[in-house]
Amino acid sequence: MSPQYDLAIVGGGPAGMAAAVRAAAFGLHTVLFDEQPAPGGQIYRAIEAVAGGRPQDLPILGPEYRRGIALVEAFRKCDATYCPGTSVWQLTRELELGIVDAGGARMVHARHVLLATGALERPVPFPGWTLPGVMTAGAAQGLLKASGMLPDVPVVFYGGGPLLYQFAWQLAQAGVPVAAILDTGRRANYVAAAPYLPAALAAGDYVAKGLRLLNGIRRHRIPIMRGVSDFQALGNDRVREVAYRQGGTTHHMAAGLVLVHAGVVANCQLTQSVPCRHEWYGPQRAWRPVTDPWGNTDLAGIQVAGDCGGIGGADAAVHAGRIAAFEAARRLGRLSGDQRDTLAHPDRLAWRRHLLARPFLDALYPPSPGTLAPDDATLICRCEEVTAGAIRAAVRLGGTGPNQVKSYTRAGMGPCQGRECGLTVTEIIAAERGLAPEAVGTYRIRPPIKPLTVGQMAGLDDATR
Amino acid sequence: MSDADVIIVGGGLHGCSAAYNLASRRVKVLVLEKHVVGRHASSASAGGVRRLGRHPAEIPLAMASIELWHRLNELLGADTEFHASGQVRVAETPDELDACEARVALTRSLGYDHEILIDKGELVRLVPGIAATAQGGIYVREDGHAFPYKTTLAFRNAAERHGAIVREGVAVLAIERATHTWRVLTDRGRFEAPVLVNAAGAWGGEVAAMIGDPVPTSPVALMMMVTARMSRWLGPTVGSMGRKLSFKQSESGTMVIGGGYRGTVHPESELTSLDFAGLRASARTVSELFPHMRHVDIVRCWAGIEGFTPDDIPYIGPSKAAPDAYHSFAFCGHGFQLGPVVGAITAELILNGRSNLPIEAFRIDRFEGTGAAYRGDISR
Ligand SMILES: Cc1cc2nc3c(=O)[nH]c(=O)nc-3n(C[C@H](O)[C@H](O)[C@H](O)COP(=O)(O)OP(=O)(O)OC[C@H]3O[C@@H](n4cnc5c(N)ncnc54)[C@H](O)[C@@H]3O)c2cc1C
Ligand SMILES: Cc1cc2nc3c(=O)[nH]c(=O)nc-3n(C[C@H](O)[C@H](O)[C@H](O)COP(=O)(O)OP(=O)(O)OC[C@H]3O[C@@H](n4cnc5c(N)ncnc54)[C@H](O)[C@@H]3O)c2cc1C
Repeated sequence: MSPQYDLAIVGGGPAGMAAAVRAAAFGLHTVLFDEQPAPGGQIYRAIEAVAGGRPQDLPILGPEYRRGIALVEAFRKCDATYCPGTSVWQLTRELELGIVDAGGARMVHARHVLLATGALERPVPFPGWTLPGVMTAGAAQGLLKASGMLPDVPVVFYGGGPLLYQFAWQLAQAGVPVAAILDTGRRANYVAAAPYLPAALAAGDYVAKGLRLLNGIRRHRIPIMRGVSDFQALGNDRVREVAYRQGGTTHHMAAGLVLVHAGVVANCQLTQSVPCRHEWYGPQRAWRPVTDPWGNTDLAGIQVAGDCGGIGGADAAVHAGRIAAFEAARRLGRLSGDQRDTLAHPDRLAWRRHLLARPFLDALYPPSPGTLAPDDATLICRCEEVTAGAIRAAVRLGGTGPNQVKSYTRAGMGPCQGRECGLTVTEIIAAERGLAPEAVGTYRIRPPIKPLTVGQMAGLDDATR
Repeated sequence: MSDADVIIVGGGLHGCSAAYNLASRRVKVLVLEKHVVGRHASSASAGGVRRLGRHPAEIPLAMASIELWHRLNELLGADTEFHASGQVRVAETPDELDACEARVALTRSLGYDHEILIDKGELVRLVPGIAATAQGGIYVREDGHAFPYKTTLAFRNAAERHGAIVREGVAVLAIERATHTWRVLTDRGRFEAPVLVNAAGAWGGEVAAMIGDPVPTSPVALMMMVTARMSRWLGPTVGSMGRKLSFKQSESGTMVIGGGYRGTVHPESELTSLDFAGLRASARTVSELFPHMRHVDIVRCWAGIEGFTPDDIPYIGPSKAAPDAYHSFAFCGHGFQLGPVVGAITAELILNGRSNLPIEAFRIDRFEGTGAAYRGDISR
């Protein structure tokens, strides 16, 4: 059967929405699938509901969140078909997408596919990370955005990176008692980042925004501990306190809720499942798809834009989405190469300028050594309950790569498809074998990358044949 | 200068089993594996240890192999997670029931009594939750399943303990016969040994051609699905007389669904793609036979590459074209159960010049002159 769409976009965050608006304007028959019930992606999650129904929450979420309103409005007005509540569980190199919504599972076929699936929070394994009362800061922020839900117990933040501070500030704005921010960042990071500061200053207001945020945190009198290591969440039934080392001594602190965040990494499960070619991005110790400046992967017809192609942040994602749309229009015969270049020029300049901030941020906020090399007792694969020690033992028994360790220990075989353990398993094997993570590789990702029941598979409506 | 007494091409279950059986008899073995041990069929496998329904030629081998399976953990000093939880084949129509009877009569006439007929009541007792359409079937009590990758590694590690050398990341590109020796040319240099074993799985046809035994073989991608964990409810592995099905509950509680639906092999990259019409059919079979499975999440679908032959039984035994070369490949989707015994047969052939088990049916030249050129399933 011939393709039902010119362009299928996966992800309704800033990148996907911006791409849909441009692509539809060129007359491309465009569809956008997103698993969330409303447009916005991670950063602008539930923006319509908040702006329309809970405007009192807007100041809590801050001025950046507000920027999403215009983006979502433009997206709602454009001619692209929008399918909310729709998960993409599979993509083939023949450009067939497996999707599932309330009505069931279907296969659809597009002439061109743009993945704008965003980022995932970096998993941070430490003793006690599976205790009730420990969650990622992003998940807590999602609850705040989607339903105004706020914690009512003392919160300890642990980890690093700009979003950790942003989440802490948002909660403090909302009146939540924040006990402390325990930051793994070390003085050496500042030294490493310093050479990139001039470029970051030229990139826009990233550094100024960071300083404003720190000031905001200080105004709320939230204590910040830096150089934290050996972090643990303690408690039997749920987290009661945390322990950590700082300045050569061990400290304890009561905690009702521990919110963890150590930066975000590209969500490449779809590109890995096809599989497109990926590379290891050293400064942030994570994978990203290999692309040309237009977001084309090594496989014809599969493009990426926004954070799923490598972390650039929301503003860069908007430009990347538009750039990808111009390129898709060229590939689908709506624009010549020259036309594409002319039209995309302003977005390409702006995109590159935003990316100037990355080397500074990446050097300032690398994942902490403890996150990369957890001790033997720490659980790494939460789904299958596999410890770091069991993974190291499997390597010594001849499980030389992630797929062998997976076969042997079941790490990565659970419902999360290795989202929670993939990076750590690669790091552990690399350290055990004295190899670079690139040489070790990662899990082969198998569909479905989003949940699908036996009944839904049995009822699969395959319109592609 | 020889690098070993025997070079084995391929580090899957069959290469590792041959390596163990030779090394434990003091033979110097070198295994050359182009990726890592167990990269292909031997880790993708469903791990069924099944005699039920085997081709008559395979029954004697399967009977000898099950003996080994029951002692394998001891032999290898490792846990293969073998569980003798039984195998059942379900009949849903009177015709299928008749076919069950005929099948059991056939195995009896060959002198075996492992397959027994069961009626509806016995079936429901063995397989609770099965749909009312099920009428009865065949049951083999001492069959079961094991963990394929652990089994393969157990053979590898035992072989290495006996002095075998396993080289990973070494692809065999060409093979030359010199006086009394095989010269094996690889991407990592040349290796020599007086004896050669071809255990290259789906690529066994290529290796056979290198030593002058061109045979019809075809790589096929067999598809599998696995669900989220369920609390334990199913003992035996369930197959079907009329449908493509292999359905079992693993030790971890997940439900493992297979049965022979095929995806596509990409020969260059050695990757596979899935055929969703096949997966749909597979999911339909499961939801019809086990209605309570409909709401269970599928966690993963995959396909593994296995070699097939025109008559659906493997190539086992000496080369036709050259002395001191042996084949053990293209197990047509059911070579896991045979792993322990075929490695022993290969060792016997090399050391004694003969095997005590009948392997005539598997000879490499059986399609000579038939014009069979079986490449059918390379693409969908
Ligand atoms: C939990 C979390 C919270 C964040 N909060 C902020 C914040 O407050 N401020 C900030 O500056 N940055 C935040 N970020 C960083 C954020 O990734 C970027 O700033 C920005 O959202 C990137 O835009 P994007 O369009 O590339 O992707 P996203 O905005 O992430 O959009 C991707 C969309 O694709 C959907 N999706 C992914 N996979 C599938 C699939 N298989 N099927 C269907 N839909 C799919 C996702 O649900 C999401 O709606 C957050 C990141 C995370 C992970
Ligand atoms: C999805 C699936 C389900 C199955 N389920 C069952 C079951 O339930 N019960 C059962 O009995 N059987 C089952 N089987 C079959 C069984 O798994 C196989 O028959 C068995 O694993 C084959 O082992 P092997 O060593 O011959 O092949 P493989 O494990 O494929 O090993 C061959 C090795 O040779 C290497 N190689 C190839 N060419 C070269 C070269 N030129 N140089 C160096 N190395 C080379 C390959 O990289 C590979 O590692 C299943 C198979 C599959 C794919």
